[in-house]
Amino acid sequence: MIEARDLAKYFDDFHAVESVSLNVSAGQVLALLGPNGAGKTTTVRMLTSLLKPTRGTATVAGYDVERDPEGVRANIGVLTEHHGLYLRSSGQEYLEFFGELYGLDLKICRTRIKELLDRFGMADAARRRTGEYSKGMRQKLALIRSMLHDPPVLLLDEPTSAMDPQSAKLVRDAIADLRQDNRAIILCTHNLAEAETLADAIAIIRHGRIIASGTPDMLKDQLLGPAIMELRLAAPVNGLGESLADVVTVVEQGDDWVRYQTPSPETANPAILNRLGRGNAPVLTLAEVPRSLEAVYLRAVEEDEGVSQ
Amino acid sequence: MDVSQFTRHDWTRALVITRREVRDGFRDWRILVPILVLTVFFPALMNFTASRAVAFVTEYGAPVIGDRLIPFLLMIVGFFPISVSLVIALESFVGEKERHSIEPLLSSPLSNLQLYVGKTLASTVPPLLAAYLGIGVYLAGLYLNLRWTPPLELLIQIIALTTVQATVMVSGAVIISTQVTSVRAANLMASFIIIPMALLVQGESLVMFWARYDVLWVIIFGLAMINAVLVRMGVRLFNREELLGKELDEINVRALARVWWQEFVGEAGRSPARWYRVEVARSLYKIRWPIAIMSLLVVAGYFIGYRYAAIFQLPPALFDLESISVDLKDRLEQFGLFSASGAGRVFFQNLRAVLIAAGLGLFSFGVLSAVILMLPTGLAGYFAGQVALAGYNPWLFLAAFILPHGLVEIPAAILVGAATMHLGASLISPPPGKTVIDGWLIALADWTKIFVGLILPMLAVAALLEVFVTPNVVVAVLGR
Repeated sequence: MIEARDLAKYFDDFHAVESVSLNVSAGQVLALLGPNGAGKTTTVRMLTSLLKPTRGTATVAGYDVERDPEGVRANIGVLTEHHGLYLRSSGQEYLEFFGELYGLDLKICRTRIKELLDRFGMADAARRRTGEYSKGMRQKLALIRSMLHDPPVLLLDEPTSAMDPQSAKLVRDAIADLRQDNRAIILCTHNLAEAETLADAIAIIRHGRIIASGTPDMLKDQLLGPAIMELRLAAPVNGLGESLADVVTVVEQGDDWVRYQTPSPETANPAILNRLGRGNAPVLTLAEVPRSLEAVYLRAVEEDEGVSQ
Repeated sequence: MDVSQFTRHDWTRALVITRREVRDGFRDWRILVPILVLTVFFPALMNFTASRAVAFVTEYGAPVIGDRLIPFLLMIVGFFPISVSLVIALESFVGEKERHSIEPLLSSPLSNLQLYVGKTLASTVPPLLAAYLGIGVYLAGLYLNLRWTPPLELLIQIIALTTVQATVMVSGAVIISTQVTSVRAANLMASFIIIPMALLVQGESLVMFWARYDVLWVIIFGLAMINAVLVRMGVRLFNREELLGKELDEINVRALARVWWQEFVGEAGRSPARWYRVEVARSLYKIRWPIAIMSLLVVAGYFIGYRYAAIFQLPPALFDLESISVDLKDRLEQFGLFSASGAGRVFFQNLRAVLIAAGLGLFSFGVLSAVILMLPTGLAGYFAGQVALAGYNPWLFLAAFILPHGLVEIPAAILVGAATMHLGASLISPPPGKTVIDGWLIALADWTKIFVGLILPMLAVAALLEVFVTPNVVVAVLGR
């Protein structure tokens, strides 16, 4: 649904994006992560046919971004970094205006507006001027605008920014539903927890280049190494770490706990439990230590910095 | 695609933008109040002023002043509401950019031209309607108070003048808006529109008090031409790449210099011969049409000058070619001719003239440059005409006084005018795939190549010919 090959964009001598390749299928969410100024917005603008790539090619919903920009824009919904509302218009007027721009029949457009406003709990605010809306409401209205014409592709820049937790959950659920409806979605965000919840694939972009990409699990294995297990005992045991060193790699330990790493937990974990059982050391818990996307992100950036230096 | 190829579908989409902007504009009291004041209150005030002024001047036996004042105020009543169009246009174009509401709009399937037309109409139509209404209020008041009705031609002229002035201000505002990222910067740059318009209105006022209403047609035609150029340029500039490719109002001098240098050196490397053969030749080919136009203008300049000789005739005694004696050379020597320093002075004088012409051409899309460079042949034509009126053969005069150095100097002037015209045209029509700035830099590189490679050497040769050869030819042909 979204396919980009070797995309690059130069502004004079500034290389905003350098060789970005992406592939997002229908029903997939790709989270594009990266620091400010990394090239996320420029990449999205090229995929929206707002900027012409200096190099490379891209197709969105089957339309070439250079050859058929109007086809591309008719088939995507874009939530821009800034909500960009007209503050003297009411929510209803604003959405009807965009419905007209996308060529929606007024009757169908109004039905769709009602559905979406209801879904995002905005029905009561429809007749109010958007200038009176809270930040979160403005963001929700902008999101509704991007979904109004029912596009097969959505490019969402910080969709939950400025939202209260309840509204943010509403939006996350909406994105999950859109994925289920077979939409291809690119999500630009700094909210790593959100990216982890929603994304099927992650691409980390820095200095205009993709420095890491793949599924969240793949990236975790690739950047953080094998999963770390944490074992807790009911009572302290002397020399706990040393006693397991021949089976796994111990990374941290205390009197009644140990953290270890193993490339094959399916064989190592039962063996350890057996050994402790035989040694009368009652096990309280054995669980994988959660590896956050934040750790993946920081490691990717750290490694890239090392490469750059 | 241009506006002439607009389909019904394009108009429908453009009008969606117009409707929204007009609706939003009328919700802004900062726009609404001035329009109302200038539409209703101001024409009523002008009406009162006109009535009192007419009564006053009639009392003192000078009714002609009142006769001139009424049409003048008609023009002013039309102009004031359209001055708001500049503010609306800057708000509409750069204001949206600053408030970031332009990006969702640009992400919609509208074409650049649909957006341009929609926004331009939104900025132009309400102030124009207000101006027409203001004119109506003023005329209605005049009719009721003084039973005065305007001549139909004058009314058409004022309506046409008001319309072209509004469209020029809006199309100028669009160009400014594409070059800046904030309303503040746009307001500062709006001086480039406000100052010429203020001067124009002053000029129009003179015309109105002078009662040379026929001159208004010339102004209307001139403004319509300027508008056509500005619209063309605006359509080129108002595109997504230009609007979003610029985050800050800054100039990257190094990058600009690189574009210019790459084009200037081209494929020549360090070989001057190759530079002449390939690069200068390429630039000359690019300006072939401007060369043709400039050549025609230079010839036209000669004939215009020749025609004016009969209108502004000088005493024939001044052109007594028979009085040229062989000792003329000695006298000319005293004026610095036949010397290197004399050649240097002529060279720098000509150089200054072509640089001034090029400099003025920069601000007028090459038009002023062409006009200035027509002057020398115009003067040659004028003097040839005077010579003919004095009873001599004008061709003999041209052959002796102009031809020797003119053979080099006139082509140099044609080249300067053509290269400057090309530079101006690049702003209106940049090469495909290039931004306006890049297109202009490429044209500037062409200009520099022609200037350095051809014009400077030609001016040097012309100066030498003018100082060392022309006087000899004059004495040889006409000396007694």
